[in-house]
Amino acid sequence: MSVRTVLQHADITRALTRISHEILESNRGSDDLVILGIPTRGVTLAKRIAAIIQSVDPTPVTSGVLDVTMYRDDLAQNPTRATGPTDIPAGGIDGKTVVLVDDVLYSGRTIRAALDALGDLGRPRAVRLAVLVDRGHREFPIRADFVGKNLPSSMEERINVRLEEIDGSDEVTIG
Amino acid sequence: MRHLLSTQGLPRDEAIAILDVAEDMAAVSEREVKKLPTLRGKTVINLFFEDSTRTRISFEAAAKRLSADVINFAAKGSSVSKGENLKDTAQTLAAMGADAVVVRHWASGAPKTLADAGWIDAGIVNAGDGTHEHPTQALLDAFTIRRRLHGAAARGKGLDGVTVTIVGDIVHSRVARSNVWLLTTLGAHVTLVAPATLLPVNLSGWPVETSYDLDDAIAQGPDVIMMLRVQAERMTAAFFPNAREYSRQWGLNDERMTALPTSSMVMHPGPMNRGLEISAGAADSPQSTVLEQVANGVSVRMSVLYHLLSGAVER
Amino acid sequence: MSIRIVNATLPNGERADFTIERGVFTDATAADRTIDAAGLQALPGLVDLHTHLREPGFEQSETVLSGSRAAAMGGFTAVFAMANTMPVQDTAGVVEQVQSLGNDHGYATVRPIGAVTEGLDGVTLSEIGAMANSRAGVRVFSDDGKCVHNALLMRRALEYVKTFDGVVAQHAQEPTLTVDAQMNEGAVSSELGLAGWPAVAEESIIARDVLLAEHVGARLHICHLSTAGSVDVIRWAKARGIAVTAEVTPHHLLLTEELVRGYDARFKVNPPLRRDEDVHALRAALADGTIDIVATDHAPHPPEAKECSWAEAAFGMIGLESALNVVQQAVVDSGQLNWTDVARVLSQKPAEIGRLDGYATPFALGSAANLVLVDPSARSTFSTESLRGKSTNSPYLGRELPGRVMTTIHNGYETVRDGDVVDAAEVAQQARLAESEAANV
Repeated sequence: MSVRTVLQHADITRALTRISHEILESNRGSDDLVILGIPTRGVTLAKRIAAIIQSVDPTPVTSGVLDVTMYRDDLAQNPTRATGPTDIPAGGIDGKTVVLVDDVLYSGRTIRAALDALGDLGRPRAVRLAVLVDRGHREFPIRADFVGKNLPSSMEERINVRLEEIDGSDEVTIG
Repeated sequence: MRHLLSTQGLPRDEAIAILDVAEDMAAVSEREVKKLPTLRGKTVINLFFEDSTRTRISFEAAAKRLSADVINFAAKGSSVSKGENLKDTAQTLAAMGADAVVVRHWASGAPKTLADAGWIDAGIVNAGDGTHEHPTQALLDAFTIRRRLHGAAARGKGLDGVTVTIVGDIVHSRVARSNVWLLTTLGAHVTLVAPATLLPVNLSGWPVETSYDLDDAIAQGPDVIMMLRVQAERMTAAFFPNAREYSRQWGLNDERMTALPTSSMVMHPGPMNRGLEISAGAADSPQSTVLEQVANGVSVRMSVLYHLLSGAVER
Repeated sequence: MSIRIVNATLPNGERADFTIERGVFTDATAADRTIDAAGLQALPGLVDLHTHLREPGFEQSETVLSGSRAAAMGGFTAVFAMANTMPVQDTAGVVEQVQSLGNDHGYATVRPIGAVTEGLDGVTLSEIGAMANSRAGVRVFSDDGKCVHNALLMRRALEYVKTFDGVVAQHAQEPTLTVDAQMNEGAVSSELGLAGWPAVAEESIIARDVLLAEHVGARLHICHLSTAGSVDVIRWAKARGIAVTAEVTPHHLLLTEELVRGYDARFKVNPPLRRDEDVHALRAALADGTIDIVATDHAPHPPEAKECSWAEAAFGMIGLESALNVVQQAVVDSGQLNWTDVARVLSQKPAEIGRLDGYATPFALGSAANLVLVDPSARSTFSTESLRGKSTNSPYLGRELPGRVMTTIHNGYETVRDGDVVDAAEVAQQARLAESEAANV
């Protein structure tokens, strides 16, 4: 199967900028906003989104990390996974609007785990979901509020998100 | 990981993986909801052939924080004390659907026998076997040392270059054995200090230095000094003359405490004999890690149970 | 029934045909039945000076019947049955009972060993004279399983047994140095956290006892030597002219303490498995004659005695069925012993120490027809299928071993035919026949 690039650096930056504006708009500003990335690449995306929001609206915006490994429903199907730290910004999530950020939305199981993990950390006022790519094939009644690109795909295809901070360059490929 | 039977032969990357996950487990223990759903539906049996309330409740807390069901099976007053052998006990636990068995046994090697004999399919965690090993104690000791040295930046690190002096009844100590293997695997340098009667006759396979002189060892300024519990019955068996002489020669008293660098950690696996192997001043000093060790025990045991029970079962 | 064996290879390497009639070798050239022994090694019937038959008292582990059947399977035609039965073999009544059970079953000559002390208590001498003068004619006395550790009592035992041309077979283990001991004391025990069994606990008793034997001018036999230091003491004693003999077990010639690392109780034995250096010293000592004999210390136990933690498990391994295979593997295939040596250490010499008649001149015309035919080129995986006793606590299960016993002939009749034991009823009938023929001669 041939591999083709669907998003390049400029496309990714544009998508994240749009998502950031949409977040600001729906939240009516950046008050009480907590951006939480889901490891690994969701964390990087969350940092970028927080930076863009910050550049638009001077109110400080905090981003953090939500590790969902311990809440996954597929642990028994795979070799033991390494866990990672969860880093919730000071002030917690109670009464806040939490925006979960991930690179690819697929079955929805990761987001299901993330919602459970959030529930053990506090009671947000609202939870939103931002993803760079939505490839379809949902197995749960979950949808994203902010989508960089809808990318219909077959289940045999592999979507690969590369980010400069981790992989050296920005690129989304399918193949 | 299928079983945790010993730290001898535990690869460095696996040991570090256990310590790293334990860091995340420690974070869970600090939040308001101290529970994870990870091992929901799994059954952990604490099989204790020897009393140890501390170790049992530590494993119990660890399993419960991961949402496993916990069954405590103490040998005293049970079918075991009525002559049931290890095989029948193991098969009974298998029939109850145990996914993991945490076993404390007075006989060295009993957990290995349980793991190897084919009587039960569950993962086995050695919670202390005779005078052999106590791997989770060593892991929590290593975790405690690493945290004190590196704080929040501890993840991924070993104990390279750290000097650890272990003092006391080495020959009968499962804690000492597990620590010798684990700490040296992680890169630490271990020195054992004891009278010759309390050191194994042949240490040719041990990656350690030995000394009879505690003052000498303290003068070296170790990063960590670990005091072992001295059992009263050793005196009657002529391992040393009496408590006073032991304390004078190998006890960490206030005077030796002042000779120790203020940066040195003072560790003890507990329960302590205050006034015998360790003075109250040493035990309660800011250098002492005794209470951290207890707290870290739960995190490390959560990590061990996670490694045994969360992944696809290896056969 | 007469048997003719053709094309056999004698221990000295010569090819020979021989005929067995009425329990002895004869010069007849025709017989009722002929066995072609081409490619097979003929050895005199093997004699085990150290067997635990467990009857009376521990019949769940072994009986005289099952134990002597196991012996036949391993090529043995005579076994000396240790005294630690229940009741203990410390009276004429018990030893006569054990011997007559052996005679009735007929798989092997069973010679009871008498206890040195009453009930193996290490305090009071048992009725050694009565046992010596009984129909069982006991000549070997041992508290095996326990050491006669009181020096004065050992001295008296050596002197008193001498009176009846007997020998004390000492289980050399200083009890105060081996309290709760679980395995050889050394590097491995330090790692495994198992209480150590120091070599000196064995060597110090042997040193004391050879000096006592010298002092009172008595014969002394040392059971199951297991350390290089013990070999040194025996070598010194023999050079000094002390009448000491020594035995080694097949397992101490092959297995080391490294096997304990898995805490598999099949490897728990008394004395414990030792270091590689010890194994090599024992092999060399057997080759140079410092150690006189190989004896099995066949010690059957029921499964539950081994299906537990190491410390809870019983000491001991079975060894009758595997002894010859293990000796071949350990010292014959390595070139240290030839088949004449094997005949010496597993037949002539143990018979001589135990004062058992009929083994001094094997294969000679007119001498008792006890022999075994072995296929030394066979190799097979030792398994419970290889066992004919009641218990399965063998350390060799799953291990490939050389050699196979094809035929065992005891007092002129077959106890093993075509590699398997002959039916018990047939053996018992042949035994009765042989006894009446012997009475008629």
